[in-house]
Amino acid sequence: MDATPKQKWSLAAVSIPVMLWTLVPLFWIFSLAVKPQSIQADNKYFPREFSWENFQLITTGTASDLFNPALVNSIVVCLIATVISVVLATFCAYAIARLNFPGKKLILLVSLAVSFFPVISLVTPLFDLWRNIGLFDTIPGLVIPYLSLTLPLSIWVLSAFFQQIPWEMEQAAQVDGATSWQAFRRVIVPLAAPGVFTTALITFFTAWNDFVFAISLTSENARTVPAALAFFTGASQFEQPTGAISAAAVIVTIPVVILVLIFQKRIVAGLTSGAVKG
Amino acid sequence: MSTVTDTPPTRRRDQHRPKLSDRARAERALGWKLAGPAFVIMLAVTAYPILQAVWLSFFRYRLTDPDSREFIFLSNYSVIFTDPLFYQALWNTVFITVVTVAVELVLGFAIAMLMHRIVLPRRTLRTIVLIPYSIITVVSAFAWLYSFRTDTGYVNGWLNTLTFGAWDASFDWFGSWLPAMGVIMISEIWKTTPFMSLLLLAGLAQIDGAMEEAAKVDGATFWQRLFKVVLPNMKAAIMVAVLFRTLDAFRIFDNVFVMTRGANNTETLSTLAYKQTIDRVEIGMGSALSVVLFLLVFAIALIFIRGFKVDLAGSK
Repeated sequence: MDATPKQKWSLAAVSIPVMLWTLVPLFWIFSLAVKPQSIQADNKYFPREFSWENFQLITTGTASDLFNPALVNSIVVCLIATVISVVLATFCAYAIARLNFPGKKLILLVSLAVSFFPVISLVTPLFDLWRNIGLFDTIPGLVIPYLSLTLPLSIWVLSAFFQQIPWEMEQAAQVDGATSWQAFRRVIVPLAAPGVFTTALITFFTAWNDFVFAISLTSENARTVPAALAFFTGASQFEQPTGAISAAAVIVTIPVVILVLIFQKRIVAGLTSGAVKG
Repeated sequence: MSTVTDTPPTRRRDQHRPKLSDRARAERALGWKLAGPAFVIMLAVTAYPILQAVWLSFFRYRLTDPDSREFIFLSNYSVIFTDPLFYQALWNTVFITVVTVAVELVLGFAIAMLMHRIVLPRRTLRTIVLIPYSIITVVSAFAWLYSFRTDTGYVNGWLNTLTFGAWDASFDWFGSWLPAMGVIMISEIWKTTPFMSLLLLAGLAQIDGAMEEAAKVDGATFWQRLFKVVLPNMKAAIMVAVLFRTLDAFRIFDNVFVMTRGANNTETLSTLAYKQTIDRVEIGMGSALSVVLFLLVFAIALIFIRGFKVDLAGSK
């Protein structure tokens, strides 16, 4: 839809408070990260002095042994969990949205139940089991419970997306002689790609966000960033490590912003080129 | 292109068996082939812990004292339902859920519309808006905690300036129930509105633009187009977004934990369960609370699916 210049500018004006609402806390964390310890509690939004001491503390200083491996672990664990979940969920959600077979309601109900079961209560028995079979504090030991967060979420979100797909195109392909599988691969997959990408984003961030599993099922080798952050906070009871936490937060935000940039291009392209308009 | 002729004979043969056609049976088989792996893996990673939690909730069981583990059946539940602490936590959880989801739906939809239509800082806006969702909840909680705290924060100073000194610059946001809940909810809303927007934007983008164009040509106002064309066509996306956010908000934990740790009656069901399980290592009681929390969540989900007809299975 073509917007008039007036609409264009008023929309641009409206976007400013929206962006400010998002950016004010973000810049605040950056501000805290670059404030030297001496002015950490000066109640000023903008830093009067810049210092890299907080970043040095976590990347090369005393907290680096905790932070650097945690960053690597977070990326590895979340990527593996995301890929597994989205691939499996794509097939599952297609079947649920499209095919007639007994038990699909059950799958959705179970997904929902699994997806929203309080994480804390999954942790206690898993802790016990993982220690017994040697999965405690390993990458698979985190990926597996993460699937309980990411897999049902992927199935639900993708099912909703797939419901809105114009299925008559698949039928058209089948009338033209394509098998179910061909119709799925050649017609539905390209139509579904925007939903799949959006789901991949959501799934990744869900895994990235978890800290209950991370803090309960790891000790040193597989510890992820949220768990490491929690460790910073517990370092001293009376002195908040505000700067170190903020610096770590800034660092973990950067790869995510890059990810958002990469994925966003495809999401925008995919979502806006609606399938019906073709 | 020419294989269309294969279909009619198949149909004719199926008429002799009214129960299941070959095609329907093949569809069933394909359905489970596609959905099976996801379902089995999902069950495998959760069935054991879930059943174990239910089982453990029937015991008086402290990790520090495993020998005195005792089967007490539903006693943990009767303790929970007679404890005012539970009802305070329940009320806080419901309060946070209703307020945040309502605010997020309106805010999230407005932002989704903006992202959908905006021309100029289009890419920048979309990128910036999505960032909070990708930020770890713990980080968001710290950002807002440090914003409002009297020792590090700037919010009191800003409010003081905006009100020409009428606002007490040393106001303790975490000293009483309502302000503390307010800050918790601000962080929750800030962090999760993008999730709402993302889902709603995806729903918006799936709408056939020609329909809205047609309504516009026919003279429909903005609000008419919104309520008669846009919203009905993205009902599925809206309901899923609201359902997910409601259930997610209901187990709010990270923000409360970082900001107040349940002080000043800000305990929620999840923090209560955590305290029982981890702090007090009362595995039985913690499991019972978790089961109660789960049943509440399950009930909400059922209400959505049955009551509001959120039908992901897509049966007509």
